[in-house]
Amino acid sequence: MEQFAQIQVSHLFFLAFASLAVVAAFNVILQRNPIYSAIGLIVVMCSLAGLFLTLSAEFIAAIQIIVYAGAIMVLFVFVIMLLNIREEDAKADRQKYLKFLAVPLFLALIGVVMAALKTIGNPAASSNVPGTVENVAEGMFTNYLLPFEATSVLILMAIVGSMFLARRESAEDTNEIETALNAANQPTAVEESSEEEVHA
Amino acid sequence: MSSLINSIDFPYVLGALIKVVIFWITIMIICAYAVYAERRVLAVIQNRLGPNRVGWQGLLQPFADLIKFIFKEDIIPMSVNRALYVCAPIISLVPAMMVLIVYPFGPDNLPLPGGEFLTQTINDLTTKLGLGWNVDLRSVNLHVTHFNVGILYIFAMTGLGVYGIVVAGWASNSKYSLLGGLRSSAQMVSYELGLSLSVVAVLLMAGTLDLTEIVRQQSGWGGMRWNIFGGTSAGEGLKSLAMAIPAIIAFFIYLISAIAETNRVPFDLPEAETELVAGFHTEYSALKFALFFIAEYVNMTTVSVLATSLFLGGWNGPFINVFPWLGPIYFLGKVFFFLFLYIWLRGTLPRLRYDQLMNFGWKFLLPAALFNIALAATIAVLVY
Repeated sequence: MEQFAQIQVSHLFFLAFASLAVVAAFNVILQRNPIYSAIGLIVVMCSLAGLFLTLSAEFIAAIQIIVYAGAIMVLFVFVIMLLNIREEDAKADRQKYLKFLAVPLFLALIGVVMAALKTIGNPAASSNVPGTVENVAEGMFTNYLLPFEATSVLILMAIVGSMFLARRESAEDTNEIETALNAANQPTAVEESSEEEVHA
Repeated sequence: MSSLINSIDFPYVLGALIKVVIFWITIMIICAYAVYAERRVLAVIQNRLGPNRVGWQGLLQPFADLIKFIFKEDIIPMSVNRALYVCAPIISLVPAMMVLIVYPFGPDNLPLPGGEFLTQTINDLTTKLGLGWNVDLRSVNLHVTHFNVGILYIFAMTGLGVYGIVVAGWASNSKYSLLGGLRSSAQMVSYELGLSLSVVAVLLMAGTLDLTEIVRQQSGWGGMRWNIFGGTSAGEGLKSLAMAIPAIIAFFIYLISAIAETNRVPFDLPEAETELVAGFHTEYSALKFALFFIAEYVNMTTVSVLATSLFLGGWNGPFINVFPWLGPIYFLGKVFFFLFLYIWLRGTLPRLRYDQLMNFGWKFLLPAALFNIALAATIAVLVY
């Protein structure tokens, strides 16, 4: 009860966001419908932003929502909707042996987290610097410049790689689309093509 | 538990709540009359009368509409995904509303009429009750709060608003709604880039992301030190001209992206009537439709507020030093101008085709915004 005597509003906020994050994370893996999983992941991202706020890292919190919830998850949802995946196909047979791996891997993960917690200690107590834009930028462009630049190169590689893979498979399709678009840009061709579609 | 109660700053929380309620009512009234103004102005543009029966010149029309929306039958179609269908309007409206805590309505430390009396009364009353508050209402700040990442906060919240539309499109289980939702997600992700990059030019001039601070920097020079006139160097001849160029380019990029971001004409592809019936809200009726409608108008107000604060000096204007209460009037006046611009464009421009929309966003606006950042940075280094 002594611990409860020291409770503050920020602790309540932490509890609320943390439990929301855990519940939503379970929702991500337990739902069969991919769109529910995606929405669960969005909730996880938003509650993580809330947790960053309780650590007075406001810049990271805002970026967390803008980048993950605002941009990446929109693309996830977009793809799920575009392909119209309604229910996950039952793939239980294919993953028969994976579930035996799940328990030891989960225990290993817990072990890693516990070990990490012991070495880091309480992150909120160890740094009193608020995560404002200036502080984050100063850290990023002085002490951590090399990791920052290396990460940018990594992301660039990912972009180039995905572009290459996408273009190689659908080079013919792209050509077809481009010719169709060029034809559509000429006013007479538009009417012809739309008429063709009607007849077809 | 006493530490829990001690850790709450009750006067601050209460004050913030009162301000939120006042600002919320203000925004709701602005939105209601923006709808009315839209119908009347469009009517003038199209040579007809518009709603003019309910009250004098139809001024009570928004309330009549609201009552109608509340009392209409709330239809939930059979084949929809019930939970998401009900949630979608809420997901759309809540982030839109959350932004209003950083609106800079007016200058700091506005003298409040009767503030002396209020301060005395509240302090006496709380002393009698044994709370011992020490509030000071002689002057007020016309913003709920301000923080280091105000603009990023606005972008984060408006970015979340897209889920309302996407989820509505998906949950409705209708091809028109789905197409509307798809279009909306693609369009909003594309134009968000132009929107946020155009703001960078202003941030380079201001050197902060705090919205109230950016507005405060634009005061001075007779209240006309607006960012599109060169910001802090306004009125210094060539210097202000040089700083004004990237600001003006950024202003137009921002304006175009903002219109696309709020799904308004000529970028209203997600609800294109001729192709998609009503787009993502085809299956919605009654109060749920009204929530989408309100969210759209609140978002319009938000981008207008941002345009006002970032480019047009926010609450700054002539004689602001003499009469500080002109601040909120200037601010609302500028916001109304942008809302009028929305209506004006709707009455004037045709809708873009989808590939035109995407090409314009990615191949023109994004490179232009990137170029403008480089220009602004170069000029800022040369001038300062």
